[in-house]
Amino acid sequence: MSYLSLSDKDKKEMLARAGVGSTDDLFCCIPESVRLRRPLDLPPAQSELELVRTIDAVGAKNAYPGFVSFLGGGAYDHFIPTVVDYLSSRGEFVSPYTPYQPEVSQGTLQVIFEFQTLVCQLTGLDIANASLYDGSTGTAEAVLMAQRVTGRNKVVIARSAHPQYREVVRTYIKNLGVEAVEVGYGPDGRIDKDALGRLLDDATAAVVFQSPNFFGVIEDVQALSDAAHARKALSVAVVAEALSLGLLEAPGKLGADIVTGEAQSLGIPVSFGGPYLGFMACKKDFLRQMPGRITGQTVDKEGRRGFVLTLSTREQHIRRERATSNICTNQALCALRATIFMETLGKQGLRELAWQNAQKAAYAADRLGAVPGVKRRLTGPVFNEFVVELAKPWPAVDAGLKAKGLIGGYGLGAEYPELANAALVAVTELRTKDQIDRLARTLQEVLS
Amino acid sequence: MIKEIREPLIFEISAAGKRASELPPLDVPAKKDPLPGVPLRRELEDFPEVSETEVVRHFTRLSQKNYCVDMGLYPLGSCTMKYNPKVNERLSAHPAFAASHPLASEDLVQGSLEVLKKLERFLCEIAGMDAFTLQPAAGAHGELAGMMLIRAALEARGDARKYVLIPDSAHGTNPSSAHICGYTVKEIKSNERGTIDLAGLEKEMTEEVAALMVTNPNTLGVFESDILRIAEIVHGKGGLVYMDGANMNALTGVVRPGDMGVDVLHINLHKTFSTPHGGGGPGSGPVGVKKELVPYLPVPVIGEKGGRYALDFDRPRSIGRVRAYFGNFSVIVRALCYILSLGPKGVREIAEFAVLNANYIRKSLEGEFHLKYTTPSMHECVFSDKFQKENGVTNLDIAKRLIDFGVHPPTMSFPLIVHGALMIEPTETESRRDLDLFIEAMKTIAREAKEDPEVLHAAPHVTYVSRLDEVAAAKYPVLRWEKKP
Repeated sequence: MSYLSLSDKDKKEMLARAGVGSTDDLFCCIPESVRLRRPLDLPPAQSELELVRTIDAVGAKNAYPGFVSFLGGGAYDHFIPTVVDYLSSRGEFVSPYTPYQPEVSQGTLQVIFEFQTLVCQLTGLDIANASLYDGSTGTAEAVLMAQRVTGRNKVVIARSAHPQYREVVRTYIKNLGVEAVEVGYGPDGRIDKDALGRLLDDATAAVVFQSPNFFGVIEDVQALSDAAHARKALSVAVVAEALSLGLLEAPGKLGADIVTGEAQSLGIPVSFGGPYLGFMACKKDFLRQMPGRITGQTVDKEGRRGFVLTLSTREQHIRRERATSNICTNQALCALRATIFMETLGKQGLRELAWQNAQKAAYAADRLGAVPGVKRRLTGPVFNEFVVELAKPWPAVDAGLKAKGLIGGYGLGAEYPELANAALVAVTELRTKDQIDRLARTLQEVLS
Repeated sequence: MIKEIREPLIFEISAAGKRASELPPLDVPAKKDPLPGVPLRRELEDFPEVSETEVVRHFTRLSQKNYCVDMGLYPLGSCTMKYNPKVNERLSAHPAFAASHPLASEDLVQGSLEVLKKLERFLCEIAGMDAFTLQPAAGAHGELAGMMLIRAALEARGDARKYVLIPDSAHGTNPSSAHICGYTVKEIKSNERGTIDLAGLEKEMTEEVAALMVTNPNTLGVFESDILRIAEIVHGKGGLVYMDGANMNALTGVVRPGDMGVDVLHINLHKTFSTPHGGGGPGSGPVGVKKELVPYLPVPVIGEKGGRYALDFDRPRSIGRVRAYFGNFSVIVRALCYILSLGPKGVREIAEFAVLNANYIRKSLEGEFHLKYTTPSMHECVFSDKFQKENGVTNLDIAKRLIDFGVHPPTMSFPLIVHGALMIEPTETESRRDLDLFIEAMKTIAREAKEDPEVLHAAPHVTYVSRLDEVAAAKYPVLRWEKKP
């Protein structure tokens, strides 16, 4: 299938206008010795119908959608109202680029302005950017931002934060002279505050923690922020399950200076890990150090309200190597989806959704915790995920559950050797009581 | 479209008690306090409350205030705003992929892994590289990953080195990415052809230089004809060649970066491989490398064992992850679909007709607009406002006036070496009719610049808002809605 729009006559006449005899002549600047003189070794072109069949066949090799799954760990399957797909698939949203020309981009710009407002409301902070790639790179950007704000080169990062987020932070800081030291967790799954006290010093730029953390446990945001501030370090809260902000007190109201994280939960499918939606909000004092695009309100020549990309002197296209970040393209279409999702759920709906998640997880934790051979671990308060330890090795339990059509959770042993037989179980509103009960019953069979 | 439609912010039409969603009743026994001791919100203060009708009208009206590729020519230079095939949208949202979880065990997501592996292979063939990682989420992210790979390889050789050379025509992300990778940037001046000055490069290329970052064709739309000599100079001093593949659209099937001395490159799937730009993302910036750099690729690498795909985490020399999970997967599906649709001939036609369309525009407008560099153009041509400046008309005026003719303006913010730039990239998917509409509009504007410059200063005339006060926006930032006290 070709997507060209030129007739043979067009091609001929246009080549003549361009002053060349053939398309090959257009490439006269390319040294003859390196020009490819064979067709690319790619499969033959496919019609639309053939393509659909090809992709259907590849998709059929994913067995995952046939299971009832309790996987979370930074990617959550929540219900997506129909209007999210319907509205976000409009060509006027899908097919423009970054709104460099505000007069013909007011739709995208106003959406981003609303998105920034919603992120501020959720996080309890003053300002938010137009989005970042995802929660992991958002965390890395927050670390670099804390370094710029404080002029300090060490961060303390919670071991209870998403293992992949921590890996990304390590990758980013490796060449920049920033050191990240990890602080462990206690039996309740929350950051070990004594250990944190020992690690914090006057060289610390930030305490970086996730809440709810990777174990689903809600950290004591106020206490962690106070500890950071006592050393004039920043409190950086990472939220990998943005839906939790519908119910939990805003981290910004509990002392967090920067809140970053992953908003995939708000209307974006799990889609094998991406594209997702990084977000970042901060106190207004740090505005000039914020990475990424920001939309602002202004007026046109007639005094009518309009929106523009603003404060771009922070950015790479103006500041080049002195920019706050190298980010250019972000995740605008995902931010649109999240904006539609949040405005559709609304003030009551978002809170109710978060409440149902917490209730279902609480029910499931009790139900599974009562199964012989299952022990709740890391027992601090949780939002919609929790950790269980099993009397048998996790791989065997996992296999037993899969044989019955269930994915019971995510085994923690690879990333936390001390939790070798433990699994992280996520329960969203999509999991029914029947499914939770079935997991409990099957677990009992597998463990007996 | 009705010019006078004003759409308030959603917060301004919100009213207590309205809603656009309902949940099923909770089907588990409710606990009075499922989160003991945790501070909860009293409410989501000032969050919107609207009906479903209102949500649909709000976003439909907002959408009508956007110009987009589906409406017409979008010749934003360097951004490659080509048509986005609709079947790719449908297939990227395929339930088998959309519902699949990134932490699922390999055996349950063989289809997703096959998508990744297939695209890696196709990109290797198209770019002439030995391996690809699909993890980077955008072009700039790919640049960063690519420079990290170079640093790791040089460290393994014994010295990471200090500098990175970047031509003065480069996109701003290049110096920024090199900087975040811990390098100091040295700028290389362009010569009168708009390409890298070999004498300058030879002087700057020392054993303290880690790499040259080169965009080819460069941001002037000019192919670096000396690329083989350039690579020789860089390699001769033990450095590596990084190619910014933002303009790969000009090369597909015609020449492969890997065959011209490039060691590392990134490709923007949202440019060359037609995945939609989405109003500013999501993109995807896969990075390709030559053999020497393969050990440093981000983890996990997708391998094959006994006909099954398997994730390889055991890569001791890897730079680590640059992003959680596997990259922007549904963008990757779209790019795969695009290549499968086009096949070998179609992929070559990308470059052929992107370059033909750009040259058609160039020849049609030469004389009307100033062309600082007369070197042959590839997929884009960069005019300037020099002729129109004589009548006080700037590239901004020209850009805004184009909007009145139903065309999106070209890029103006770079390359920095062309003052008053108008960087025009039509892409291969445009019809001659749309190209001619653009050419006629530009010619009319050139005439207006002489006869009636006022109409240009006041443009655009047909949009919901006229020119916006960007200075005030930055000086007195209003970055969110707040309830009036």
